[in-house]
Amino acid sequence: MTDLTSLTIAEAREGLASKSFTARELTDAHLAAIEAARVLNAYVLETPDRAREMAKAADEKIAKGEGGPLAGIPLGIKDLFATRDIRTTACSKILGNFIPPYESTVTSQLWRDGAVLLGKLNNDEFAMGSSNETSCFGPVTNPWRREGSNTTLVPGGSSGGSASAVAALLCMGATATDTGGSIRQPAAFTATVGIKPTYGRCSRWGIVAFASSLDQAGPIARTTRDAAILMRSMAGHDPKDTTSVDIAVPDYEAAIGKSVKGMKIGIPKEYRLDGMPAEIEKLWSEGAQWLKAAGAELVEVSLPHTKYALPAYYIVAPAEASSNLARYDGVRYGLREPAKNIIEMYENSRADGFGDEVRRRVLIGTYVLSAGYYDAYYLRAQKVRTLIKKDFEDCFAKGVHAILTPATPSAAFGIGEKGGADPVEMYLNDIFTVTVNMAGLPGIAVPAGKDTQGLPLGLQLIGRPFDEETLFSLGEVIEQAAGRFPAPKWW
Amino acid sequence: MSVDATTVRRIAHLARIAVSDAEVPHLQGELNAMLAFVEQLSEVNVDGVEPMTSVTPMEMKKRADVVNDGEIADDIVRNAPDTTNHFFLVPKVVE
Repeated sequence: MTDLTSLTIAEAREGLASKSFTARELTDAHLAAIEAARVLNAYVLETPDRAREMAKAADEKIAKGEGGPLAGIPLGIKDLFATRDIRTTACSKILGNFIPPYESTVTSQLWRDGAVLLGKLNNDEFAMGSSNETSCFGPVTNPWRREGSNTTLVPGGSSGGSASAVAALLCMGATATDTGGSIRQPAAFTATVGIKPTYGRCSRWGIVAFASSLDQAGPIARTTRDAAILMRSMAGHDPKDTTSVDIAVPDYEAAIGKSVKGMKIGIPKEYRLDGMPAEIEKLWSEGAQWLKAAGAELVEVSLPHTKYALPAYYIVAPAEASSNLARYDGVRYGLREPAKNIIEMYENSRADGFGDEVRRRVLIGTYVLSAGYYDAYYLRAQKVRTLIKKDFEDCFAKGVHAILTPATPSAAFGIGEKGGADPVEMYLNDIFTVTVNMAGLPGIAVPAGKDTQGLPLGLQLIGRPFDEETLFSLGEVIEQAAGRFPAPKWW
Repeated sequence: MSVDATTVRRIAHLARIAVSDAEVPHLQGELNAMLAFVEQLSEVNVDGVEPMTSVTPMEMKKRADVVNDGEIADDIVRNAPDTTNHFFLVPKVVE
């Protein structure tokens, strides 16, 4: 039964239906794999009792022919999603031992459809980071290593635990969130598939808020099909989130294998950066050729405000974060440091509870929103954001169905290698992904090849609003052409 | 634009985060690196451009003005560091 963990969700679904194995066996195989892989630090909380209970319930439903679309499928949940009666921390010391008395909408839909909770996954503190090094539980290790090297690499972030766990076969799929690239960048670093849907597609209710106008939930999985299966359960309108959109959720899986013949694929010239590694450049043109071979038409497009997306993001996101994180005051939940008056209590609790990166962003956010600076920074950034969105709208208005770009400017790097002296060095990781959040569009990262050191690289496809289906169809074409990239097991 | 040490202390106080004197120079350097990075936005012509308020064009939904939740005081205070009889306790605010 050891190879149960290497099945895809689609394969496991068949195996469960044909009674080749039970949900309990599938869950037990994953729990054993998790135990043997603690060195990766992907899970911050394992929930084996809950998992076995849920697997048993799934087996009973399957036996009665009442199993839902995810019946018995064991998943990992990013620790940013509130899970009822199960510790949820956003990997921040300030949430301490927070036990939510409620369940996030996205996870409740996964349980509704029969999925099994294996545990909570590591992430950058409050999802702020691109390497999963800012977590209060310590960094996550990427299952991938450079050929012939034992150097520990980051899995990317902020959904580093999700990406690492999926790549290392510690769950069949995982929830993740993406504010500037936090699903797509770790997916690219671990040879997994990650999709950030259109803003409004998934409910944000019950997900710890970072930057509310940018945050979206999405899945990380090992294949495009598996991502489509998970997406269908995670998406949908929720009256509890006023920004969630009330439109029907399509059967995303039906888009897998659909012809892409005649589709216009934009290749944006602004994504061709000076000093971009030749292997990224090569991968990008290879991906374009695969789509062309499948019948798509390649067109050069221009997104002139691309270079301003990252600086605008580093005003908008910290501004919203400084507002969202004002709630951590040591009064209603989380860490409290004793003090002689209430202001000092706030100041000491927040000083002790927030890590360096979170503190930095709250401070910069407070600054750009403060009297006298609001117009120069925040208002200007929101205007630039309008221009970034308009670039995409102009492009789609010319008949472009989707845009192909590299997912990241490099492969995974070593723990402690980046951002030590200058935080901006780390921020540049998200240069290709952040535009998509600024414009609220869907984006998928699909594994497409390896660099000269044997590390995975991904390509990104950006779609029209609410047209995730086209991304799944195109992503599948790349997956079929590039093949899959299982991580070599060394732990 | 760049921030001086006094501004760093003022922002930290506005953000209600205690910062020791020893931390100020380091924080000042980091914040100024971020401000230098975002400085390039000043070269964009934003004349006549509306600031984005909603990334997805949609009307804000409104719910019926009715009570649809409540009577969960136990849940509300369950995670609080200090409570009594469903009240949150804080250090003395009024002398």
